[in-house]
Order: sequence, then structure tokens, then C-alpha cells
Amino acid sequence: MIEIDAVTRCFGENTVLDNVSLVAEEGSFLALLGPSGCGKSTLLRLIAGLDDPDAGCVRIKGRDISGLSAVERNVAMVFQSYALYPHLSVAENIGLPLAMRELSRIDRSPLGRVFPASRQRRSDTQARVKKVAASVGISDLLDRKPGALSGGQKQRVALARALVRDPSVFLLDEPLSNLDAKLRVQMRAEIVALNRATGRTFIHVTHDQVEAMSMADRVAVMLGGRVAQFGTPRELYETPSSRDVAAFVGTHPITFVSGPKSGGLHPIFHGVGVPSPSGPVVIGIRPEHLTPAPQGPITGRLHNIEYQGAEVLLDVICDTGITLRATATGDWQPPTPGSEIHLACAPVHMHVFDADSGARLEAGHKGAASCA
Amino acid sequence: MRLSRKSRSVLTDIWLVGPATCAMIVLIFIPVIIVALMSFTDYQFGARSFNWVGWQNYIVMLTDPTARHAVTNTLVYAAIVIPASIFLGLIVALGLHHLALKTPRFASGLRAAYFLPVAATLVAMAVVWQMLLHPSLGLLNQLLAAMGQQGPAWLSDRGLVLYTLAVIGIWQSVGYNMVLFLAGLAAIPSDLYDAAELDGAGSGWNRFWTVTWPMLGPTTLFVTVITATGAFRVFETVATLTKGGPAFASDVLVYAMYREGFVYFKAGYSSALTIVFFLLVLLVTALKFGILEKKVHYK
Repeated sequence: MIEIDAVTRCFGENTVLDNVSLVAEEGSFLALLGPSGCGKSTLLRLIAGLDDPDAGCVRIKGRDISGLSAVERNVAMVFQSYALYPHLSVAENIGLPLAMRELSRIDRSPLGRVFPASRQRRSDTQARVKKVAASVGISDLLDRKPGALSGGQKQRVALARALVRDPSVFLLDEPLSNLDAKLRVQMRAEIVALNRATGRTFIHVTHDQVEAMSMADRVAVMLGGRVAQFGTPRELYETPSSRDVAAFVGTHPITFVSGPKSGGLHPIFHGVGVPSPSGPVVIGIRPEHLTPAPQGPITGRLHNIEYQGAEVLLDVICDTGITLRATATGDWQPPTPGSEIHLACAPVHMHVFDADSGARLEAGHKGAASCA
Repeated sequence: MRLSRKSRSVLTDIWLVGPATCAMIVLIFIPVIIVALMSFTDYQFGARSFNWVGWQNYIVMLTDPTARHAVTNTLVYAAIVIPASIFLGLIVALGLHHLALKTPRFASGLRAAYFLPVAATLVAMAVVWQMLLHPSLGLLNQLLAAMGQQGPAWLSDRGLVLYTLAVIGIWQSVGYNMVLFLAGLAAIPSDLYDAAELDGAGSGWNRFWTVTWPMLGPTTLFVTVITATGAFRVFETVATLTKGGPAFASDVLVYAMYREGFVYFKAGYSSALTIVFFLLVLLVTALKFGILEKKVHYK
């Protein structure tokens, strides 16, 4: 189990991490999700021991690791750039952590080929390198230099280097962002499978919400150096704690509609069945929850259609000039653009946020019946 | 008339490559051929005729103690200056690279100080050295005298003069090597250092051999070639400070070339010296391209 307890990190005037607390259960897969510059990589470096917090502490299995070096923490990290040593072969890259930890300076030197005890230890580590290489499917690449490998192969070498010494925690810093789309989907599944097979805790940093949602048990959305929301992917999607989290999570960008300054919902939502709050609010509604329905309470004119095969994306302009994005299933026959269209949405999918703070207002749903 | 696309592109290539190629042929290749031919003659500057003498000039060079001196002195000088200025350049660059993280202003001041000898005119700097090293009035011997030591005659002692010149040569090239190494150090991705730290190679020594030294390979090779050709070409300090003396104790190839050719007007013999020098530098360059280049680029 990894506990991050009220960690703060500043670089000069700039507070990169502001009182961040998170817990990752033993063997779980935690994703740190956020835009670039939100502090997620800084947090990963603090866990790895490459940097120290200004306040707060990190505990692994209940033990405060503040004073320990990166080696003593026994964490492994996979970098976005893979960070392979270009002058060493694949086998030497994978074997380096073992050589540094378990072999003496004499074992590692050319003399190590001569002494029988050194030779024994060297061939032991080589056997382990071969085993790990086989487990990630790069046995045939062991003699190559990293310069002669493709991106996906380098990624596997970097994973093998992390796996070979059986670390207590795996830290993955945007490991998939340099791969092409098809390979990324494949590696996503392989990394999750590694998490299940090793039973170790994985912490995965990413800016791609699809990656975080599909891979992780729990996701921490980080915005501006703070944890905006920490929960399961389902919680993030269904009950985003703030307007910013709602904007960040979800495949299609969420549509926001501000209510009048005097308070309450925007008039176009009056028929949906959500109780009108007293203060000024913003409604967030995901395109996939707003669908055409003959008797739907929201009316507008169909403006634009994007056909994507499995679904159709619709831009609907309401009477007040507000554009709503809606979806329909791929087999839906759209009317001609410009014609009137009715849309419906379940009240449970209408996210109500405070207009000033952006915080979620839960009371809005109580007692509201579905009208879709 | 419209030219075809292909011939226009050929014309562009010639236009881009041509001027530099012509200059190289006229200023380098043709003179080298003339010098090579002259080295087999007894031609003297101003003479109306010359005779082919075969390998005579080269035989003189091998047997004449003066010429042998110039060659061995050049090799000794290079053997001191090349490793010392590369090693010191690397040490200074590593030190400044780390210092720049803590006190950037102090580090950039030091960097300027180290680079000054490169930017300054060497002849002027040699005069300053002459004053510093003067046997009785020079600052160095005055300091030694203050400590109760009798300082040697740095530039007129036959056994010492070559080493004094070598120290000046090192002083002059350390700054240049340092700047090149600093650029090389700045180009090493920080991810590699992070990876090395997590892999257990985080201590200074292991980190240097796991990341810094291998990643500096191309820089080190370039620095070595630059320093080596510079060391073989040593001339200004010799011409300004010692004129090859005392008794040819600091005579070097390029200075001998100049003396035989432009003081004694023995153009044939001077050409033979030039060819030997040319082959030395060619050897260094060939080593670079033939062998080492493959070992330092990891692609």
C-alpha cells in the first residue's frame, strides 16, 4: 500500500503540488490523470525518490520513505522517453539494475569473466534477463542496441528492465504516449495484465482520460497541483465532483449551459424534471446522454450532423441561441438540417454545478423522476 | 527555354556545391599536389631551375638530427597536450555543469575566464606568458623566490622549454574543450540520469560510467580530433617565445617548415616536412572516420 500524505512541493514561487493526499491499495492500479503541468509527474518523481517533498510524506507499506534513496525504495519506473542506455545492448539494459544491485565492481568488470564465482553470478543474472525478456516477448532482440528498435520494442525493453528486479511499486510516466494508436490499445491491455500477474502496485501517469479510465482501478484527477477528485472511473464519470473534472473526463466533451444570474436552471431545461436550485448554476450534459426523442422536453433546430458509424453526433441550436451536442445511434435516420427536433435526457445525467465555485450540487437530483 | 525538372535540380546542386568545391580544389588540393611534387626536388625560392632528387629530402629528414628533433618534439608535445587538455577540459566542464545548478552567475563567470585564452590572440597572450615566465623579473619566479625557491629559466632551459610550451598549449585549449564538453553534457537527457538512479547506478562514479561518459562519446571524439590537429599545428607560441631554441630544444614540425622554407628558402626540403605533417594530421582524421566514429554513435 502506498500512502501519499499531505504532500506539498514548490519550485520557487510556483506551487506544483498543493497538499496532495492519495492512497493506493496493495496490488491496485492507480492512475494520475491531468493536463500537462498539473503536477502529476512531479508526484511520481516524489514517490520514486528522484525528488523530495517540501511538506508531507510518502509511506510504502506503512513505512515513511522520506529519507530513503531511489534504490532503497525498490521502485521501478518506465519513462515516456523509455530512457534506455543507447550504448548498451537490450540484454545489458535489462540486466543493469541486477548488475548494479547484486554484482560487485569486480564481477561487473572484465575480470568478472575470469573468476569462477563471478562467472556464476553473472550467468545467474543473464538467466533472469532471458526469462524476463521472454515474458514480454523480446527474446530475439537481446543482442540489439536500442537505436535499432521500434517504439513498441523499446517500450517492452523498458518494461522488462522494470520487471527484472521485482520492485514493490511500478511507476509509469506516460509510457504509451509515444506509441501509435493501435499499439497503444494493445500495450494498455498488456500493462494491466502485468499488474494482475505480478500483484504489485502500479501508478500510471497519463493525460489521456481513456487510458486512465480503461486501465485503472482508481483514478486521481489532478488539476492545478491539487487532487480534484479521487475515485473509481465510474464515480468520475457519473458523479464528477466539479465542473473541471466533468470537462476533463469523458470521450465527447461535455456541454455546459449557464443558468440566469438571478439563479435557477436555464429555461430550456425547465421541462426535464430537475428541481430548480436557488443560486446561479451551470448545467453540464454529456452528448451521449442527450438523445433525440419525439416527445422530448428540449426543442431546437438541427444544425449539423457528424456520422461516425456506431453513432451520429448532432449539433442542435435551441431557441435562445444555445448550441447543444447530442448523439443518436448509428441507424437513426436524421431529419434534414434546419428542421425542428426534440431531445430528451434523464435527470440523473444532468450535472448541476455551482456557477461561482464550480462544485457539484447534489441536491438537484433528489426526488426528480425520469421523463425520457 | 524551359529546362526539365531534373536538370534544374542538377543545376541547383551544382550552384550550391560548386563555389566551395572550386575554392577547396584551388586552395587546398592543387597546392597539396604541388607541395608533394616539390618535396622530390631541390627547388629553392627565387631559383630559376630545379632538379629532381627523388627521396633525398626525406632521407635527410630521417638522418638529420635537427629534423628528427622537430618530429620527436612535436610528438612529445602532442602526447602531453592531447590527453591533458581533454582530461582537464572534461573535469572543468563537469565541475561547471554542476556548479551552474547552484550558482549560475559564478559558473558563467568562471566559464568566461576559462574561455578567454581561446578568444584572445595567441601571439599577444604569448607575450604575457613571456613576461610571467621571465627568469628574474617574471611573476612566477618572483613568487618562487618569495618562498625561498630558485625558479628555473622556463623558456631557455633546454630540458624544460618543451614542457613549458606544452603547459601553455594546455592552458590555451582547455577552455575550448570545456565549452564543447559543456554542450555535450547539456544534451544528455535527464531521464537517463533518473533511470540510472532508479537502477542503482546513482552514485557519482557509477553514474559517470553508466550515462555521462558513454553519452559524451561523440563529443569526446570531436574534441580529441580538434585537440590533436591543434597540437600537431603548434606554431605561434614557438615562433613568439623561443624560435625553436635553445639549440632546437623546442623546434617543432610547423616551425621547422617555416624556418626551412621562409628563412633558408629551401622550398623542396620544407615541402617534404609539410608532407610528413600532412600525413600525421590525415592519420588522425582517418582514425576518426574509420574506427572511432562507429563506436561512439549508437545507431
